[in-house]
Amino acid sequence: MKNFKTIILSNQELSPGYYRMRILAPGFGAMARPGQFIMFRSRMSHPSLLRRPFGIFRIGHLPPDCEGQPPKEYLEILYKVVGRGTSVMQELHQGDRVEVLGPLGRGFDAGQPGEEKILVGGGIGLVPLYMLAEELMRTSPVRLLMGGRTRDDILAVTEFERLGVKTYVSTDDGSLGEEGFVTEALVRALENSPAATVYACGPMPMIEAVYQICASRGVGLQVSLEALMACGVGACLGCVVKGAGHSDQTPRYLCTCKEGPVFRAEQLDWSRLGEENGYCEGCKS
Amino acid sequence: MMDSRKKRPSLAVEIAGIKMKNPVMPASGTFGYGEEYAGYLDLEGLGAIVTKGLSLKPKAGNPTPRIAETTSGMLNAIGLQNVGIDGFIEYKLPFLREVNTPVIINFFGNTLEEYGEVAQRLSDIPEIAGVELNISCPNVKQGGIVFGTDPVCAHEVVAHVRKYLKKPLIAKLTPNVTDIAVVARAVEEAGADAISCINTITGMAVDVRTRRPRLANRTGGLSGPAIRPIAVRMVHQVVQAVKVPVIGIGGIVEAADALEFLIVGASAVQVGTANFVDPSAMADIIAGLEKFLVEEGIEDIRELIGSLEL
Repeated sequence: MKNFKTIILSNQELSPGYYRMRILAPGFGAMARPGQFIMFRSRMSHPSLLRRPFGIFRIGHLPPDCEGQPPKEYLEILYKVVGRGTSVMQELHQGDRVEVLGPLGRGFDAGQPGEEKILVGGGIGLVPLYMLAEELMRTSPVRLLMGGRTRDDILAVTEFERLGVKTYVSTDDGSLGEEGFVTEALVRALENSPAATVYACGPMPMIEAVYQICASRGVGLQVSLEALMACGVGACLGCVVKGAGHSDQTPRYLCTCKEGPVFRAEQLDWSRLGEENGYCEGCKS
Repeated sequence: MMDSRKKRPSLAVEIAGIKMKNPVMPASGTFGYGEEYAGYLDLEGLGAIVTKGLSLKPKAGNPTPRIAETTSGMLNAIGLQNVGIDGFIEYKLPFLREVNTPVIINFFGNTLEEYGEVAQRLSDIPEIAGVELNISCPNVKQGGIVFGTDPVCAHEVVAHVRKYLKKPLIAKLTPNVTDIAVVARAVEEAGADAISCINTITGMAVDVRTRRPRLANRTGGLSGPAIRPIAVRMVHQVVQAVKVPVIGIGGIVEAADALEFLIVGASAVQVGTANFVDPSAMADIIAGLEKFLVEEGIEDIRELIGSLEL
């Protein structure tokens, strides 16, 4: 990990309220694992003090501008405008100076090669699943189940399709794909592939529903969580979640930033996970 | 002329017998146990390392949300989550032992007896240069009154720790009092070798959509640039009230902020929330202090301490 003092290459609206930001970051890709995140900060002004955590969507390279020059590496984040920090971000432009601390945290475990991998994304929770899909596609069949409230919440699905991922889309209002919850699709998918491993990221009610489905069938599950976070490196202890076996007498708090953001389901105390933490759409980042 | 221009100014200070390369150290709770930031800045470039607050037994801390950003600041109610003194010795001390920088242990207790017991345990650890006493905790045996908000209680806890502690003792004061100078004099009289101030200012923020407090604990400690003018004022008051050295804390982000505290009379400073925003903030502040001394033609940073013109 490192603090990159760098610039924005582009910052474009994907669908209403959702943006894709491309940031110059030479050398970042060699360090980054699927599921890791960055702490982002604009150096243009100081309307918000703290950095904001964002999952890494993908790493790419610019076409070489002249012969002999190595292609420049960049990273991409996708974000939803939900609060003060992201409102400021949507106003940033190409060339604006930013800082990227990362890559941070523990990412996904690729699991056993060969067995089907089912990725479940809810809205902006899709972000950390792309690099995971890239990695998993080398060894296993991969299916993406993508859900959102409306068609505006369905992002970047064609990019997964280009990797060869089988994709399925559902929306609560039926404006894109099938009408219904993405968890209904998960139940059907597991009937056909009971030995699959599930990877999920999205709003907390979705994550909890995915957990119930997987736990009752003995299916392996890894979840990427989001939390309010000040430092991103395990110092502030602001982003903790309760680990399995937690009690007031034997506290077992896990830092989302350092021991996560990806957890195996059995690491967490699911009985009280949702009531405290504001994830994804809930957090005012 | 050439020689004097080439000579680097001295940034070294000494607080309660602890020799520091420069007057910049992290504020407790914003720097973990040092290891968390080792990849981002040279720990040996710091004046000292101040650890996350320790208690006798491990402490779970508060429910989440524990933090909330506010204008130019943040509220936190972490609840003093820590590994406890045994956990510190087993898991955290081995790393700190290898770092050539004075280590200051911040600690707290729930009762007078607990404060004494931790003080005794810390006295036996040779690698610890000094301790910082957090007296902003409720005394569970006396109806939860915060030790540091009452001069009599503050005196009592510092005097009690003094009995058991064979290390330099820094008392960290809370700003949530009517007159901080009175508390400062009380802890000095009780045997504190130095005073650090200020701890966070109690605050509250509300989510207007849910109409709920933004912290699970309802209230929390406000830190960051928002509190700096209050901190500078309080350090100014404390410096005038006591003879022991004072460590200034509160919203320091850059070298100019640290200089304000030194000029009003702080002998050193602690950097807190800025570490979260920029992991190399302290290294930049130290470089900025040196640059300022060179520009001003000052050979020794101690010349600046208490140089306020009135």
